[in-house]
Amino acid sequence: MSSIYRTLTGGLRRDITLTCLAVWFIGLSYGAIAVASGLPLWFPAAQSVLVLAGASEILFIGIVATGGNPIAAALAGLLVNARHVPYSLALPDLTGPGWRRLLGTHVMNDESVVFALAQEDPATQRAAYWTCGLGVLICWPSGAILGALAGSFIHDTSAFGLDAMFPAVILALIFPALRDRVTLRAALAGAAIALAAAPFLPAGLPVLLALAAVLSTLRPRTGQERNEQEGNDEG
Amino acid sequence: MRDNALLVAGLCVLSAGTFACRLSGRLLRQRITFPPRAEQLLAGGAVVMLAALVATTALTKGHGFAGYARPAGVLAGGLLAWRKAPFLVIVLAAAAVTAVLRLLGVS
Repeated sequence: MSSIYRTLTGGLRRDITLTCLAVWFIGLSYGAIAVASGLPLWFPAAQSVLVLAGASEILFIGIVATGGNPIAAALAGLLVNARHVPYSLALPDLTGPGWRRLLGTHVMNDESVVFALAQEDPATQRAAYWTCGLGVLICWPSGAILGALAGSFIHDTSAFGLDAMFPAVILALIFPALRDRVTLRAALAGAAIALAAAPFLPAGLPVLLALAAVLSTLRPRTGQERNEQEGNDEG
Repeated sequence: MRDNALLVAGLCVLSAGTFACRLSGRLLRQRITFPPRAEQLLAGGAVVMLAALVATTALTKGHGFAGYARPAGVLAGGLLAWRKAPFLVIVLAAAAVTAVLRLLGVS
């Protein structure tokens, strides 16, 4: 793991550290909200380690706190987390075999995926993915546990603008990809689809619907690609 | 007690299901070699979804509007990203703009 960390340049290390720190702060408010909603202290602790996907965990707690059935809350959370299916399809194998695959699969989240996608070569991609993934694995639960312990001492962290940090982190990291016109058009269309759907559909679904916009990036196939395709079909 | 058992059941469903989501694409990739065009679409799909995530987390709260302070902060971050500002500056500026607006009474 230390060799992975050394692969990262100082700038990238600093960026990942800041992102993990933001995750830690959001974890604080998540833990505090969980306890304030009447859940036992062990619950946000266990959930933050085992699920490790913030938005779905906060939604789960919100539904249970308002009297919802935990199984229904879990299904709503799963809908939010369904975006990990296309994430795992988009990423090359960055984890290696055995226990690394288990752990590496578990630490897949918005932050580790976007940091990996923003890198050029496979070695840096792998290093960024693991460093950010493990950083979130440490920061999210430790923030949640501390927040749960501090409980009512932590008031709404939105006063510090922390809720603006998550979208800003993702935006900063996809920005280089958006300089490509075709990608930018698809991204804007996807954002518009998600925003139009958000008032009507359950959380998670709007972002999945946005995937339809990627079809607009399709270009007419070149002859070479067609030949390659046919070669694959025969093989 | 029954409440706790249900909670644990919900926790198990969510954590196992989430892990399955994370694993599914990997397993599919081991069985199928995607043609280059499909690879291109898949990578584009991740960026499009992340952009949609930015839009929804910046602008919405539940099924409604999140208020002006948060999207204003994210917009400030976006402008700085466009001007190629360092990551640290982008993220901290987004939080700072949102916090200052709320301090001034803009929700």
